[in-house]
Amino acid sequence: MADLDELYRGIILDHYRNPRRKGTLDGDHVHAEGLNPSCGDEFFLDIAIDDGVVTDAAMDGQGCSISQASGSMMMDAIVGKPIDEVRDIAHKFRIMMSIEEGDNPVDQERPGSVLGDLEALQGVRKFPVRIKCADLAWVTLTDALERAESRT
Amino acid sequence: MSDLSALRADFPILAREVNGKPLVYLDSAATTQKPQSVLDAMDSYYKHSNANVHRGAHTLAAEATELYESARGKVASFIGASPDQLVFTRGTTTSLNFIAYGWGLNNLSRGDKIIVTIMEHHANIVPWQLIAKYTGAELVYLELDDEFCVDTSELETLLDDRVKVVAFAGMSNVTGALGPIEILTQAAASVGAISVLDAAQLVPHAQVDVEALGVDFMAFSAHKMLGPTGIGALWGKADLLASMEPTEGGGEMINVVERHTSTWAPVPHKFEAGTPPIAEAVGFGAAVDYLAAVGMDTLRDHERELTTYALERLSEIPDLTIYGPKDVTKRGGAISFQLGDIHAHDIATILDQDGIAVRAGHHCARPLMKYFGVAATARASFYLYNTTKEIDHLVASLHTARGLFGLA
Ligand SMILES: Cc1ncc(COP(=O)(O)O)c(C=O)c1O
Repeated sequence: MADLDELYRGIILDHYRNPRRKGTLDGDHVHAEGLNPSCGDEFFLDIAIDDGVVTDAAMDGQGCSISQASGSMMMDAIVGKPIDEVRDIAHKFRIMMSIEEGDNPVDQERPGSVLGDLEALQGVRKFPVRIKCADLAWVTLTDALERAESRT
Repeated sequence: MSDLSALRADFPILAREVNGKPLVYLDSAATTQKPQSVLDAMDSYYKHSNANVHRGAHTLAAEATELYESARGKVASFIGASPDQLVFTRGTTTSLNFIAYGWGLNNLSRGDKIIVTIMEHHANIVPWQLIAKYTGAELVYLELDDEFCVDTSELETLLDDRVKVVAFAGMSNVTGALGPIEILTQAAASVGAISVLDAAQLVPHAQVDVEALGVDFMAFSAHKMLGPTGIGALWGKADLLASMEPTEGGGEMINVVERHTSTWAPVPHKFEAGTPPIAEAVGFGAAVDYLAAVGMDTLRDHERELTTYALERLSEIPDLTIYGPKDVTKRGGAISFQLGDIHAHDIATILDQDGIAVRAGHHCARPLMKYFGVAATARASFYLYNTTKEIDHLVASLHTARGLFGLA
């Protein structure tokens, strides 16, 4: 039960039910789609990049609370940030989730100080089959950044 | 209540715990658990009789061949068929592909129609999409009525001599709905089309007499009826199997091989290229022995009681929506549902913490999910070893899920 309470923290359910920046972008943007064919989760991402900075983003799709909350939190984390910093956030997130190797960058003494709301997703690590849910938005982001790069 | 609980001791896995709780296995529509007798039969085959089949004059080869062929006899008689019309395949998926490629590719052409239903598993959709692509034929769907059963009211208008295949499930793995087998079989026959029955969910749960059903082809899998993975069956009418091309070529399936041409072994061996899954066949035989000993009528009654009870208990849960017939005479024991805005994967994770195994996702039936306008459902499915107490656990755990998501 404790693990479940940790997994379904209020902040995660809030992002799940009220995803930030839900929708699509008009203007100039890159679009990427992430699919988890085994479970049917979908994550659609639009990002606008101007002069090396992610100036705007929008998400759409459907999926479990973890995949959608992770995406929503990602929106908050990346908009207004230079691409280098966005990549760094993605890297830190993946280390935190044990997807990439490294020492967990999160300061457990000061919750939220490194990755903000995203740190609430740490509870997912206890549920290894769900880690790919949390990663869906970030795989899509990586794809979008690559698309943006190959455009220029 | 038909008491089959003594049977549970025959299934070693049912004694294990998951996340510190007794396992409550409610995912038999995906695959069933195996009784000790099936495990023993396969073990004994490897320990005492292992050899390749149809290939040697030595004692072990003869024993292995005898075991393999006697398993074919058991499976055939389980569905009221003759063994020489019963082809061992890797499972339902392979069986349906053999029909699609072996019959469909050679008999369909541009403008022909393949009728399927919207409740099909991908295994009875994608092979036909491929054949449609290669031949220029067109895939046509029958949809559902308000009771989640296949709506055949438009069938008349679809039927003409361009219809060459009518392919349908005997029971949906998502909604549990039984298919209108008789209507679709007769419809196919009335225009000279072949009828193809996906019986992956039917044969495990009902007494099937395939000759009486009148279908042209039928496919099913051992692993959904207490047997091992890696084996299943294709049954077909004798003349169709005789005239149909093999999809796979290789050892075992030939009569004479020349440099440029070959002739085929008689059915069923024509369709069994290469070394077959011998131990799996032996296990399949032991599985149907087990089911026959329990009795398919007893099994059906037990499942009906479980399903009735589950539908009743589940419908008491606020915000729970069931996707499937309410009438237990129109359905089997697979129950798909959604609970408020809790995604099916979240439900599965929460239930798993209580040791309860359910399936979450699109159940290999995306067109059906789209038709329902949902991305995923959770599914509980029952078999002979389940109990009403397990359904109580399911219900209690669903209340936990409501609490965690603040729906209480
Ligand atoms: C209705 C139905 N058809 C086909 C299949 C495919 O069976 P298999 O994966 O054993 O080939 C399944 C099982 O998943 C099923 O439930």
